[in-house]
Amino acid sequence: MPGTKKLLLIGGMPLLLLGSWFLPGWLGFLLTIALAKGLVVLGLLLLMRAGLVSFGQGLYYCLGAYTVGALGQYLETSNVLLLLPAALTAGLGVATLLGLLICRYRDIFFAMLSMAFSMILYGVLVKTMTFGSSDGFNVAPPSLFGWAPANDNGPLLTLWLALIITFIAALFVWRYLRSPMGYAAEAVRENEIRVEYLGRSVQRIIYTKYLLAAGHIDPEMAYWTTSGEFVFIALVGGTSHVAAPLLGAILFELLRTYAFEISPYTWQMILGISLLGIILFLPQGVWSLVERYQARLKSS
Amino acid sequence: MQISLIKKTSVAGILVAATLSSAAFAADDYKLGLVTFLSGGAAGPFGVPAKNAADLTIEALNNGTLPAPYSSKGINGRTIVPVYVDEAGGATKQSSEYRSLVERRGVDAVLGYISSGDCLAIPAVAEQLKTLTVLFDCGTPRVFEENSYKYVFRTGPTATMDNVAAARYLKDNFEGLEAVSGINQNYSFGHDSWNDFIGTQQVLNASTKVSTKQFPKIYAGQYGAEISALMVNSSQVIHSSFWGGDMEAFLLQGAARGLFEEQTPLLTTGETAMFRLAEQIPEGTILGGRGPFGVYAPDNALNSWFRKAYTAKFGTPPTYPSYKMVQALLGLKLANEKAAEKVKGKPTQDDVIAAFEYLEYEGPGGTVKMNRGKGHQASMEMVYGRFTNKNGKPAITDVRRYVADCVTPPEGVSSSEWIEQGLKGAKCN
Repeated sequence: MPGTKKLLLIGGMPLLLLGSWFLPGWLGFLLTIALAKGLVVLGLLLLMRAGLVSFGQGLYYCLGAYTVGALGQYLETSNVLLLLPAALTAGLGVATLLGLLICRYRDIFFAMLSMAFSMILYGVLVKTMTFGSSDGFNVAPPSLFGWAPANDNGPLLTLWLALIITFIAALFVWRYLRSPMGYAAEAVRENEIRVEYLGRSVQRIIYTKYLLAAGHIDPEMAYWTTSGEFVFIALVGGTSHVAAPLLGAILFELLRTYAFEISPYTWQMILGISLLGIILFLPQGVWSLVERYQARLKSS
Repeated sequence: MQISLIKKTSVAGILVAATLSSAAFAADDYKLGLVTFLSGGAAGPFGVPAKNAADLTIEALNNGTLPAPYSSKGINGRTIVPVYVDEAGGATKQSSEYRSLVERRGVDAVLGYISSGDCLAIPAVAEQLKTLTVLFDCGTPRVFEENSYKYVFRTGPTATMDNVAAARYLKDNFEGLEAVSGINQNYSFGHDSWNDFIGTQQVLNASTKVSTKQFPKIYAGQYGAEISALMVNSSQVIHSSFWGGDMEAFLLQGAARGLFEEQTPLLTTGETAMFRLAEQIPEGTILGGRGPFGVYAPDNALNSWFRKAYTAKFGTPPTYPSYKMVQALLGLKLANEKAAEKVKGKPTQDDVIAAFEYLEYEGPGGTVKMNRGKGHQASMEMVYGRFTNKNGKPAITDVRRYVADCVTPPEGVSSSEWIEQGLKGAKCN
């Protein structure tokens, strides 16, 4: 069984990349954003499995984005292979330092402290006029070693990048969850520090291409409501499988786009009712539907 | 089986309904994406008044009941069909929604955006998708100062002139002004407003001192500490770019503590509250309307139609976001019709863009000249006056009008440079 799964994964990737060629632009863009958010939630998933909820995930999202934005502005580079590792290093550096402090806390204290750090970054950025204060600034479209895709294919490059990075990160988390350490975290919840570091190291990959996709960054990314959105996605998707947050993120983005269309005045209500519905009827998230289906397959 | 049959028929029914409803959009409609805040803190003061104005104007345009030169039906005879989207969710979300509007819902043009962050992010997408886009309300001058765009126009003036004109108004009306203070929201618009104001103030009157400057957070609602600071460090004039609920809360709380007994508030967006808070606004308060809008609008046929129709339909006179919306719609209509006249037939988008550049037209707020940002950015006159309620009827006295070239940087100079260089090249009346 694991063998075929692996084959499916490895074979599915090129198919996805190819398929994205035929997507309409708006859907490609939406998917890129969804994958970026899914990646952050992947980090959140690791924490949640250990019983910790972070309301400060936006910190890393924003930090990565601003690293790329600032580098693009001052070094005048848009090479993703340079920008991505730079954002990764920045996120990792901050996570290592904050991790030392935050890992001493649990429960609500953990959530509040993580949120506090995120809000500090928000406060600093709003006061920073060189970065455009709350208006943010635009980021140059990404390129690969000087090769910039033609205007129409720009979003496609970021989508591919998002797919590949998500794939690698998801594989990494999947392996981790299957390792003795991963099980330990779930069972004993003893290993929070470990989990936390790992959770952190996963997310930072994300924001980078998120912002490459969006082409615009602002301090709102570190605001607590952004982090709240991540928690929302985690709840929608569930935390039982690495694919769950990705599914949750795509669902969330689609839901919001159509909610905007159906009722421009009360779209928040549609989101709220959907979340309530999921909590009431699918407390393990949307992914539990897949699990039920698998269980039924096995039993029959 | 029974269930699956029901399922199938209902799915088929939905599909048929969907095709029917999409067929209801005739090929000759002008589909217009309209983006303003419909939820959140900016919806009440800006988003909804703008949407109301859009509803009213589009209906009148489609019926051909507007005064000349806008009396022809729709846009080039095509019925305008609005597609509304909420501006909430931030710049990234809006980029995504913009793509949806253009690629999925097939709009002919997009008109909207109140938040400056959105106005900075959207043009890049508009250029990518090659779609005519009109920004109607946002104020940051950075949009056309940092970039030039082919497909993007802004029919509203920038926020620079609000604060340059505010400082000019003080020079003309407050002799021997020694000190000013400020209270602005801690975000881009607040910081920019204060910097432009105090920069100009120091050019015009280098000896002015700043007693205190406060930057509480946006939507704070409680200003006890800031009011104390303003009372202890008193000055003659308090500059504030607060808007919406924040401005109203500050006015009420400040008045209750006697803040305005010795100090005159200068509210750059105060016009929006003039009728609602007529009893609470201190006598002599300096009110701005971000252009010649609302009570500052000129006496022309278009304006009297608009004020009458808007007041009749919504029960309150229109404020500046409503004016700016009408102005954007009329600019878009006129550019389309000028282009059609020129090519004697159905114009392409490029024809419309060519006609829109350097367009000059009359809106309900007076003359709009698209003469900045390579013909893509409007400039207008700016007006300030002082509030009075002496006769039991809210009114404006001591009105001063500043022509566009007096309060707007010349083409090719950024606002911050212009103020730093002492307003070089300003031509005042």
